[in-house]
Amino acid sequence: MKWLLVAIVVATTTVGEVVQAMGMKHHGEIHDFSPTALGRVLATLTRNRYILISFLAMAFSFFAFMALISVADLSFAVPATAASYVMETILAKVLLKEHIGFKRWAGALLVTGGVTLLSM
Amino acid sequence: MIPSYRIKTRIFTVIVILTNVFGNFLLGLGLRQVGSLVGRSPLAYIFALFNPLVAVGVGLLIAWMLSHMALLSWADLSYVLPITSIGYALTAFMGWIFLHELVSPTRWAGVALIVLGVIMVGHTAPRSPKPDAVAEPETVLEEVFTR
Repeated sequence: MKWLLVAIVVATTTVGEVVQAMGMKHHGEIHDFSPTALGRVLATLTRNRYILISFLAMAFSFFAFMALISVADLSFAVPATAASYVMETILAKVLLKEHIGFKRWAGALLVTGGVTLLSM
Repeated sequence: MIPSYRIKTRIFTVIVILTNVFGNFLLGLGLRQVGSLVGRSPLAYIFALFNPLVAVGVGLLIAWMLSHMALLSWADLSYVLPITSIGYALTAFMGWIFLHELVSPTRWAGVALIVLGVIMVGHTAPRSPKPDAVAEPETVLEEVFTR
C-alpha cells in the first residue's frame, strides 16, 4: 500500500510540475508584485489551460500524499516521493528545452543520491 | 515595485523552501492526531482539514504553490527543483529535533549530498538562454552579474 501510494504521488507530481512550468513560461515572467498586478496575474492564470491541468494533477498528488503520511513516517514519505526529480529533470530538457550543463546534472544527481540515502 | 531579477529569485527561493518545509511539517504533525486516512471515505479527508495543525499546514502549502508558480515564471524547472530540495534536508532536521524521528549516519550523509548538490546548482544561471530569440541586453548583463 505504501509503495502504491508513493508511485501515485510520484507520477502525479511529475505531470503536475512539468505542466505547471510550461504554463508559467507560457504566461511569461512576473515583474510587478503589487497586489493589483498579482490579482491580474491570478485572474489570467485561471484561464491558462496548462495551469488548470497541473492543478488537477497536483490535487491528486496532494490527497495521495496525505494518505501516505497517515500510514508512513514523514521522513520516509518525503524522500521516497523525491523520485519525481529524475523524471522531471529529464522532461525539463526534452519538453521545456532547458539548457542543462555539467554543474546542473551533477547537482541534480547529488541531490537524487542524497534523497535516496535520506530514505534508507 | 519591480525588484531586480537576482533579488526576486533569492527571495522567492527562500519563501518556496520555508513554506514547503513548515507546511509539510505541520501537516504531518496534524495527521498524527487525525490517524490513518487509508480506506476511509472522502469525507474523512475533509474532516481532517478541521484539525488546526492540518489547516495551517494546508495554508502554508497553498502559499508554497503560489510562490513556486511565480518562481517558475522566470526560472528553469531544472534549477528550481534541486535548489528547493534543501527542504528535504531541513525536513529531516526538523523531524529529528521536534518529532524525535531517528536520523541515522546514512541519513546525515544524504543531507550532506543534498547540500553539495544545491551548492553546485546554485552556481548556474537560474534561466536558460532563449534558443530562438535575441536576448535583451539588460537580461544578458544581469545574468553575467548573477553568476
